[in-house]
Amino acid sequence: MNDLIPSPSVRATEGRSTHAVLSARSVVYSYAQAPALKGISMELHRGEILAITGPSGSGKSTLMLCLAGILAPDAGDVTYDGRQISAESEAQRSRLRRTEFGVLFQFGQLVPELTAVENVALPLLLAGRKRRAAVTAATNWLDRFGVADLALSRPPEMSGGQGQRVAAARAMVTEPAVLFADEPTGALDALSGEQVMTQMVRVAREAGTSVVVITHDAKVAAYGDREIIVCDGMLESSRS
Amino acid sequence: MGLLATGDLHGYDLKREHDEVFAGAKPLAFGQVYATLERLQKRQHVQPVEVARVDGPDRTVFALTADGRLELDRWLGDVEPPAPHVNNPLAVKATIALLVGDRDQATRYLSEQRAAHLDRMRHYTKRKTDPAATLPEVLAADYALVHLDADLQWLDLALDRITALHAAVIDSVSTDLPQPSPPTSKVISQK
Repeated sequence: MNDLIPSPSVRATEGRSTHAVLSARSVVYSYAQAPALKGISMELHRGEILAITGPSGSGKSTLMLCLAGILAPDAGDVTYDGRQISAESEAQRSRLRRTEFGVLFQFGQLVPELTAVENVALPLLLAGRKRRAAVTAATNWLDRFGVADLALSRPPEMSGGQGQRVAAARAMVTEPAVLFADEPTGALDALSGEQVMTQMVRVAREAGTSVVVITHDAKVAAYGDREIIVCDGMLESSRS
Repeated sequence: MGLLATGDLHGYDLKREHDEVFAGAKPLAFGQVYATLERLQKRQHVQPVEVARVDGPDRTVFALTADGRLELDRWLGDVEPPAPHVNNPLAVKATIALLVGDRDQATRYLSEQRAAHLDRMRHYTKRKTDPAATLPEVLAADYALVHLDADLQWLDLALDRITALHAAVIDSVSTDLPQPSPPTSKVISQK
């Protein structure tokens, strides 16, 4: 009978390994005296699309910032691929973010003076890649997000949806193990948001990248394999 | 008539087209197709244009008449009355759960209902993002997703209202209770 029960740490769903690639254990974080996270524990499995939802001010974005190593928790641990990143220095976490993580924010945050291809190549140039190789890779990622024709356009010349797809290409150009997307469609109309989500999920699945999507929109959460709900700094539930 | 407006069809193809375009709806019965065509023919909204034989029995091909086109345009121009969603069993059940249960019980119910809704939304999201999905399939999935999302928004709002109501009741009960008199000297000193 026990043979039928998968080990909790190595379960397989739809042919995908579900080892935890990233986990939080009893994470606490406060802004000044205001507690934002009150002891959250959760896991992100390899190749999984995880939606973190909850009302405004619930702490879901703070949880993402702790998971991405942007914030160091006041208490508790964040572990990435066996490394306890919450105990590492800012410089170590910064290096980790550049190589292993991609981040996509609600407003893309593209550099307005640079063309789309220059924006996407930027993380590779900062990592020391040669310009020609960086531009080739950037062009390839723009193509995967269906915006190759915008390579020489600058952000002010793009629609919101186009800009967000360029930003998604930039977040994926380093082929991160984990992509964090904070309200990636929050500033877009329904159709543009759908295009961004569809392409982001498809590309991430092809690349084997795990995705954490922060959203208050159930239609966006429905792109995920699983949802966890953060409410008042605590986990309300976890279900697939 | 809408399907015939896209081209002449016989009953068998009409049924097939309907089931393909409205993939989420109940498939049409052949009897219903032929009875409807007969009725529309009596009203002169459709007319037989030829008898075709393709790998089987003779099939009468129907075309939309000019009167039929006018009737179709009139029907398309009619505004559909909004559905009375207050009779939806989900709304009734959630309301009762919130009224009779304690907050934890209601939250549990709403949470489980949300999980069921989200599971259904994942199904429709997969369906509409499948590269092989047809436009009618995408439109049907969009319709379902937006309605399921509306249910979820209502469930969240209902829970917020109940939470606010509970807080107000607790506040009013605590202010109705006799309060201990503050020390006179403190009141005076505050003035």
